[in-house]
Amino acid sequence: MNALTVSNMSVSYDKQLALENVSFSVPEGSMTGIIGPNGAGKSTLIKSILQLLPTVSGTVEVFKKPLRSQRKIIGYVPQRSEVDWDFPTNALDVVLMGRYNHIGMFKRASKKEVTWAKHCLQRVGMQDYASRQISQLSGGQQQRVFLARAMAQDAKIYFMDEPFAGVDASTEKAIIQLMKEWKNEGKTVLVVHHDLQTVNDYFDHVLLLNKTPIAYGETNRVFTLANLEEAYGGKIAFLQQGPKAAKGST
Amino acid sequence: MSYTFWILLTGCLVGLTCGITGALLVLRKMAMIADAISHTVLLGIVGAFFVTQSLSGIPMLIGAGIVGILTAVFVEMLHSSGVQSDAAIGIVFTSLFALGVVLISFIGDQVHLDVQHALMGEIAFVPWNTLTINGVSYGPTAVWMLGAVLAVNLILITLFYKEIKMSTFDPQFATLIGVPVMIIHYLLMTMVSLSTVASFDSVGAILVVAMLIVPGATAYLLTDRFFVLLILSGVIGILSAALGYGFAIQWNVSIAGSMAVATGVFFIAAFLFGPKQGVVIKKIRGTTGKKTVQSST
Repeated sequence: MNALTVSNMSVSYDKQLALENVSFSVPEGSMTGIIGPNGAGKSTLIKSILQLLPTVSGTVEVFKKPLRSQRKIIGYVPQRSEVDWDFPTNALDVVLMGRYNHIGMFKRASKKEVTWAKHCLQRVGMQDYASRQISQLSGGQQQRVFLARAMAQDAKIYFMDEPFAGVDASTEKAIIQLMKEWKNEGKTVLVVHHDLQTVNDYFDHVLLLNKTPIAYGETNRVFTLANLEEAYGGKIAFLQQGPKAAKGST
Repeated sequence: MSYTFWILLTGCLVGLTCGITGALLVLRKMAMIADAISHTVLLGIVGAFFVTQSLSGIPMLIGAGIVGILTAVFVEMLHSSGVQSDAAIGIVFTSLFALGVVLISFIGDQVHLDVQHALMGEIAFVPWNTLTINGVSYGPTAVWMLGAVLAVNLILITLFYKEIKMSTFDPQFATLIGVPVMIIHYLLMTMVSLSTVASFDSVGAILVVAMLIVPGATAYLLTDRFFVLLILSGVIGILSAALGYGFAIQWNVSIAGSMAVATGVFFIAAFLFGPKQGVVIKKIRGTTGKKTVQSST
């Protein structure tokens, strides 16, 4: 079954097309890396799928239903730089935001929800920071709080926008560990990713994007030099041995 | 009840209502919309007068609420069609305010409502404008209006506490997970409009901005907890009103002006001596402000 189907999606900024005619289907339980040069529309794609940006055309289905009716099963890790980390709140509160649909309007979080949120913090190694103000956390720790919030959502499909940007090595490991757990639990994951060297290790599916999809499919079939050159234009020279070398490493 | 008591109570209610509501604006980085709404409600008040031929409380609140929301809608519309957001605010609020000023001149002879009063307010007159039902006086109208608006705001903040917090911290995530972010936005705009119009008689359109923004900005320097920030902002609002009244009596100057100055005094004190960002504290610690964070992680 397809977890996500995007059909004919186009998005424009100030009359310039940022995404053109994007169509692809993601099988349930897969881990997809969304790869492409700067300005290819990777983050725009995720936000448009999630209807956080207005689209010119196109439809999105999550498990064969319109996105609007599937909010409870969609998890999201935005780019860390998109929120104000000076906002007066602590790590546990941020994680509890992921339980919004389970807590419900007009209600306070129950003990059960708080326990669950703490458990999520523990799974990303942040149990000691539950009552820490978010401005006091390092970049990697902030990213882990976002991961814990996504985990707290207990979603079936996850969208992550550059989760590895500016994090330390141990946080990167924690993210990978979590993604593997999600995969084992049959969850579907889509990740906007920059580092071509790690694509082979992290993802079983790849979407190569440059305003329009260059290729989508299993990593070993799609993540080829020819496709990369098409997506990145002439800027790929330094990567000559990139995809191959990545296979050999680790 | 004495004259002094009513003035102090009015001032404290303005400080508390505006302090709590305004803190939310500060957190959302929307302080300038307070400036806009505080001016455009004039049009709401004048509009309400045209419809009802009186300056009574309820129609004024409704008129102000409508114009406040319209202000936010127009700003949003201009912004989404490509106008810079600060320019959008500038365009909308000056036009609506100007319309209010023009309309006021039509009714100038009929009631005591002039531009001077609208801008500066006159809290000294508040005790004489009482709510009288069947010949029995129940105290100043302004106190009743402020009390009602405070109650409404507190109820709304309590009911939508989670939603307000989420849509302020991370609006995109909040939208995705199903928080009615736009409704919360307009709810907040309504709360600001109501607070402004209730404070109008006492402190006027310009000084109400000080009461809305400065206590919240001050509290922001003193705490990093959301709930504490709202409470602290309200308390600073009350203290500013009381301190300002003291100033005004001591030196025989404008009461509302002194109250606004007092908010500034609190802000400067927090700016210099605040535990988080205080300039003095940073000096004492040397330049280790950042270091303490790093070493503890």
